[in-house]
Amino acid sequence: MCSLCGMLGGRGHWTESTSHPEAFRRETPSTRGRERQQRTRQVNRVLAHYGLVVSDFSGTGYVLRTRTGRSAIIANLTELWAEAERLTGRACDPLDGALLTALEDS
Amino acid sequence: MGAHADLIPIHVLTGFLGSGKTTVLKRLLQSPRLTDTAVLVNEFGEVGLDHHLIEHASESTLLLDNGCLCCAVRGDLQVSLRELLDRRERGEIPRFERVVIETSGLADPVPIAYTVLADPLVQHHYRLGNIVTVVDAVNTLAGLSRFPESEKQVLTADHLLISKLDLADAEDPRALLARLNPSARISDASDLDPAALLADDLYTEAGKKRAVETWRQAPTEHSHGSAMTSFCLTFDAPLDWSAFGIWMTMLLNRHGEKVLRIKGMLNVAGLSAPVLVNGVQHIVHPPTHLDAWPDEDRRSRLIFITRDMQREPIEASLVAFNRLANRQAA
Repeated sequence: MCSLCGMLGGRGHWTESTSHPEAFRRETPSTRGRERQQRTRQVNRVLAHYGLVVSDFSGTGYVLRTRTGRSAIIANLTELWAEAERLTGRACDPLDGALLTALEDS
Repeated sequence: MGAHADLIPIHVLTGFLGSGKTTVLKRLLQSPRLTDTAVLVNEFGEVGLDHHLIEHASESTLLLDNGCLCCAVRGDLQVSLRELLDRRERGEIPRFERVVIETSGLADPVPIAYTVLADPLVQHHYRLGNIVTVVDAVNTLAGLSRFPESEKQVLTADHLLISKLDLADAEDPRALLARLNPSARISDASDLDPAALLADDLYTEAGKKRAVETWRQAPTEHSHGSAMTSFCLTFDAPLDWSAFGIWMTMLLNRHGEKVLRIKGMLNVAGLSAPVLVNGVQHIVHPPTHLDAWPDEDRRSRLIFITRDMQREPIEASLVAFNRLANRQAA
């Protein structure tokens, strides 16, 4: 999977542990839905810094929205960051001190 | 669709001009362990020299005739890999258990990895195995700083094979290579281990153990005297997988061109065994795991090989992202 194009194949994105059960052997397996909910909650705390919000789309993708109503459908986290940068015109940089401070304060 | 480990591994054999990779390939293919190997050879220029050198493997050899493999590789490589499968199904070539792609001396191995991991049809049948780079102890090492192609071949490798070691009159290049790429296994090309190079990889038990053994010896940090830096981050507390995925996709989206490799063994919250992660620039392999921790040390370890990036901001960022998950759970 390329993090730039996020090209989808028959296999789940590498971040989805429920798509790789052989690598994530939990005593109490997480469900796909629960994992998606957790991911959505977490990523929204990051996206808030950029004025964006993401929500689940039928359990198969996500809808990314700006405060002004622009939106895009994305398939996975890889696509999310490229689309977030496109929608906002800002660099979404996890090394940005301002972002890390915002995460601390949130 | 079967498990990732059941797919046909594609190993990439690369090395700068004159490093001796064709000699290495020829010797490897003589091993009884590797008789069921299909070979894709990059034909550079009008004369397919490499093809003649490995003609004994010609039954399963497809020549890529567009020159440098990395420039226009995707289409050709996709076609070649599909054609291999078709010919196998038609009985025109024997069944093969692995594919070796021998690149040109100037090739960038990353687009090959990209093709294997990004193309839906290819990834249905194949997975990326090892990137094996042959390093000429005399000429390649001397020219590393002058030839970015060569430097990248070394920095993105899973295995480094040193050729012409008997001709090197300077210090043993193994130490230098270990500093340049602490995530790679290093061995002498005159003493080849076919199984370690082209049979085992991160999706076989023996390959995982070998890799993790190397990773655990990685030094904390090394600056290469240029823009390249390698370092190993360690984390005592378990990492939240969702937070890690958010962080790493964000990091690679913004800085993937500067992150030549990420390899690591993670203590993921809620799991009793470590998860192995492996990335090459923007590309991330599907995660795999060890059956158990090798010893009492349960720390997560992440090795980075980067260009123009420093250790501290990356470490601080991952800690901050992981704390988010902890706070959420509280």
